[in-house]
Amino acid sequence: MTLSAKSTTPPVLIFWIIAGWAGFGLLPWYGIEDGFWSFEWLVDGYPFDEDYAPAAFLIAQGEKLWLAPLLLPLALPFLALRHAKSDAAYARLLVLAGALGFAWMIVQGFSIGIRGYNFEWMNAAFGSLDDRQYGMGYGAMICASAFLFLLTQGIAARGAVNGDVFVVSAIGGVIVIVTAFVFFPIAKMLFAAFITDEGTYSILVFFDKFFDDRIWGLGCLAGARCGAAWNSLFLAVLVGLITTLLGLAFALVVTRSGFRYKRLIRAMTVLPIITPPFVIGLALILLFGLSGTVTVFIAELFGVQPTRWLYGLPGVLIAQTLAFTPIAFLVLIGVVEGVSPSMEEAAQTLRASRWQTFKTVSLPLMRPGLANAFLLGFIESMADFGNPLVLGGNFDVLSTEIFFAIVGAQYDQGRAAVLAMVLLFFTLSAFYAQRAWLGKKSYTTVSGKGDAGVHPLMPKGLAVPVLSIALIWAFFTAVVYAMIIYGSIVELWGVNNSLTFKHYVTAFSVRFEAEGIRWTGAAWDSFWTTITIAAIAAPLTAAVGLVTAYLLTRQSFAGKNAFEFGTMLSFAIPGTVIGVSYILAFNVPPIEITGTGIILVVSFIFRNMPVGVRAGIASMSQIDKSLDESSLTLGANSWQTFRRVILPLLRPAILAALVYSFVRAMTAISAVIFLVSAEYDMATSYIIGRVENNDYGLAIAYSTTLIFVMLAAVGLLQLLVGRVQIGRRKHIEMKEAS
Amino acid sequence: MKRTATALAGSLVALAASVSMAQADKLTLYCSAQEDWCQLMARSFEDATGIDVNMTRKSSGETFAQIRAESSNPKGDVWWGGTGDPHLQAAEEGLTAEYVSPMRDQLHDWAISQAESAGNRTIGIYSGALGYGYNSDLLAANNLPEPACWKDLLKPEYKGHVQMANPNSSGTAYTTLASMVQIFGEDEGFDFMKGLHANINQYTKSGSAPIKAAGRGENTVGIVFMHDAVKQAVSGFPVKVVAPCEGTGYEIGSMSIIDGARNMDEAKKFYDWALSTDAQNLALEVNAFQVPSNKGAETSESAPDMSQIKLIDYDFKKYGSSDERKRLLQKWDEEVSTLPQ
Repeated sequence: MTLSAKSTTPPVLIFWIIAGWAGFGLLPWYGIEDGFWSFEWLVDGYPFDEDYAPAAFLIAQGEKLWLAPLLLPLALPFLALRHAKSDAAYARLLVLAGALGFAWMIVQGFSIGIRGYNFEWMNAAFGSLDDRQYGMGYGAMICASAFLFLLTQGIAARGAVNGDVFVVSAIGGVIVIVTAFVFFPIAKMLFAAFITDEGTYSILVFFDKFFDDRIWGLGCLAGARCGAAWNSLFLAVLVGLITTLLGLAFALVVTRSGFRYKRLIRAMTVLPIITPPFVIGLALILLFGLSGTVTVFIAELFGVQPTRWLYGLPGVLIAQTLAFTPIAFLVLIGVVEGVSPSMEEAAQTLRASRWQTFKTVSLPLMRPGLANAFLLGFIESMADFGNPLVLGGNFDVLSTEIFFAIVGAQYDQGRAAVLAMVLLFFTLSAFYAQRAWLGKKSYTTVSGKGDAGVHPLMPKGLAVPVLSIALIWAFFTAVVYAMIIYGSIVELWGVNNSLTFKHYVTAFSVRFEAEGIRWTGAAWDSFWTTITIAAIAAPLTAAVGLVTAYLLTRQSFAGKNAFEFGTMLSFAIPGTVIGVSYILAFNVPPIEITGTGIILVVSFIFRNMPVGVRAGIASMSQIDKSLDESSLTLGANSWQTFRRVILPLLRPAILAALVYSFVRAMTAISAVIFLVSAEYDMATSYIIGRVENNDYGLAIAYSTTLIFVMLAAVGLLQLLVGRVQIGRRKHIEMKEAS
Repeated sequence: MKRTATALAGSLVALAASVSMAQADKLTLYCSAQEDWCQLMARSFEDATGIDVNMTRKSSGETFAQIRAESSNPKGDVWWGGTGDPHLQAAEEGLTAEYVSPMRDQLHDWAISQAESAGNRTIGIYSGALGYGYNSDLLAANNLPEPACWKDLLKPEYKGHVQMANPNSSGTAYTTLASMVQIFGEDEGFDFMKGLHANINQYTKSGSAPIKAAGRGENTVGIVFMHDAVKQAVSGFPVKVVAPCEGTGYEIGSMSIIDGARNMDEAKKFYDWALSTDAQNLALEVNAFQVPSNKGAETSESAPDMSQIKLIDYDFKKYGSSDERKRLLQKWDEEVSTLPQ
């Protein structure tokens, strides 16, 4: 590779030099107030109008002179063109240009804001500035990316990661976006833990809020109530364990049993994941609440007094188990399918019984999947907000405490920040515990060597309990969903049970008129916004997630652990904290995106990316590195290898990431509630508004519709991405089906 | 230094305002009342003035958190609706702007006195009395007597049947706490809260949750604002509304202009319009059972009759201040919430 590149200038370099100049000299430097996709500026005074002018025109008119220093780093790469790629000067010039340009972008962006200088000492040093700047627009963003990728090319030319431009650029890109959209807002938010009532910083405030009985109290051991921290921890461990076991049971039934209706079971496991928040909770209340159908039936049958047993740990546990088992299943199915039958066959050839094979070969090979599934269940439970809100009773957990510390009567952002730190500590500890458990063993099973064979069925002793657990759970899910559909077609849930379709009509009526269809239903606005945002966010999420997973499993570079930590961080923090921190961080320049659809897309990408990363890591750690190596030896570069060898083998992981991020974008609530605006209202926040207003029928009808829409979308994605074919296994399944 | 910065900011806002004048008139409305009421207010104002309204509906706590987070670069213009406490809090922190509307002489005294206590940074648009509601089916099923007073709720037979929100998270519950302190005096008020604690089955997070639970049959008695209870009854749930015999406190739903609003002129237009009889009569169309602040506006027939309710002289200035709030909440946390149930 390096041999061929010596004589010619790499096209990537030319591309980014041109991009940098275009960003500086052609495109509007600042954000357009009318929105990212509005192009009115083209006819509205461009390129001289101050609001729409590119940086070059601004400087030429004597405006915003602090942008002028960027000309130097923009010019430097031209010098690099005169050197060969192997020259030390080439690398040095690019690193210098990229670093200078990027650093200056950051410095000027943070120091000059909407009201002139952002820091008092700058006013003192330079006198007050009679100018200001808004958030970055197309020009500034492209220019910043150009500097970043000039820098990464320079670093690659110096020999980092074997001089691989793609890998260095990918690492650089992921680091920058994760820093900008995860670390930066969260740091801004967490600083609130140290701010006193008077607005100064003090560590004492932190300790005062940290050592609080409402967080750490152990009263439940003596009959009173425990602190939110212990409650959350206990709940999350339980949910993590139960969902992992249930997820494994389902994965085994689907892949290793002769059960006839396993496709149906597989479809059913997807249901809870595509259910908007609150709906499962409401359905559980109608079944098991004080006046719930099942409660009343049992109370009459045995002549006991109905109780509120559902409210508290039991209710939240049931709801979360229902909601998060599919996530464990999605992670585990890929892993269980990926375990190579050759190994199992080898064990059987050596006269191991089915049970021994399962226990000593299959199960240990599933460890990465089990650990990841537990981790996801644990974190999801920690960050879950909707279920504890509806069913929590007096069982306080961290996520709801955080929400109400911010929006409740206390208005205590500091307390929210402290609680967020506790929560973060738990999730990160789980993350490290998981890594310690997996250790440095190899779980590779998909290798370039022959992989023929079919998975053995589960041992009998295992098949019976696993199948019965799966069936009971499936039946339970079916009942819950039947209740939900029923709830959407009755007049007033629980009171007036006459059947009606009026809720659907209110939400989704359309009128056909001369000029076309008129969407007259109340829900259409938020519905289309939600679909659009989810459709934009899903592929981006999957892409960022899988590239990150590739970097983590396949490349070694300095600071890899910190890198992995950073990519998991946003998932471990409850949406509420993300929501508020996003408003704090992105309401002011340099990145000014509140009130737009972009902030929703961005928040979804970084909230959901970790699932893509985990799924990618779990699948990639099963794919033998020798596959990459043979591709590289045959002359492909790392991008081609990623594109042609790894990606096709990753289809289950891609599908999981796409489905998950699409669905989460449609069902997320806690972060969204802070980020929606008049123009960009999301379905979930609309539904909550209806629930608050007693329109249960409408809320459930809308939710039911969303469920069907998501089912259709998931089906479509499955068709588009296709099913992976590893070895002969797929053929067998097809034969079975036909 | 700070003064020049403020002056600079002021001139910049003026500049921004003059720039935006060139475009179509628009208004960004943060609304903390119920969704349909918010929609109706926004659309009616558009019809009345031709100004485009961008409306976002969030609870008052969420809106307050958002306005505070956006304070260095305000995005909203007017905040309409929601209980008065966060509006007072915002006024105290200087997040909202002073404005004396020409409509003011048409308002009830309680609205004006609340505005004056907040330095004219907020104004009352409706009020609602605190009380409780109960599920009559469940009450009968459990053979419980019909409660009529606050002290009735302390009777041991109601154990496990009463629900209220947690004052730490809900403005409604804080109003309850402050009202008890004002009705019974601080010591006896806290004794009442302690007695009530023994009967409470759950402290909910959100203020209206107890009566929603009662409507669905998940709880018997819920301490809430009476208009929330009326709403349940009107929706068809078996809920009866009680105005406690000892008298009761009330909330003032408020409206504020956000400091540094980008569309200040439109914001003032909305403010004046929202205080008019026409605008306040819109409440009748959306099942809002609060009492409007304009003397000429009509009140729904289903709404609790305020002349029959013994209202206390609620001290909004004292109990709305953050110091008093912190003190009472801390006392409640330490003396009431830790007791065994």
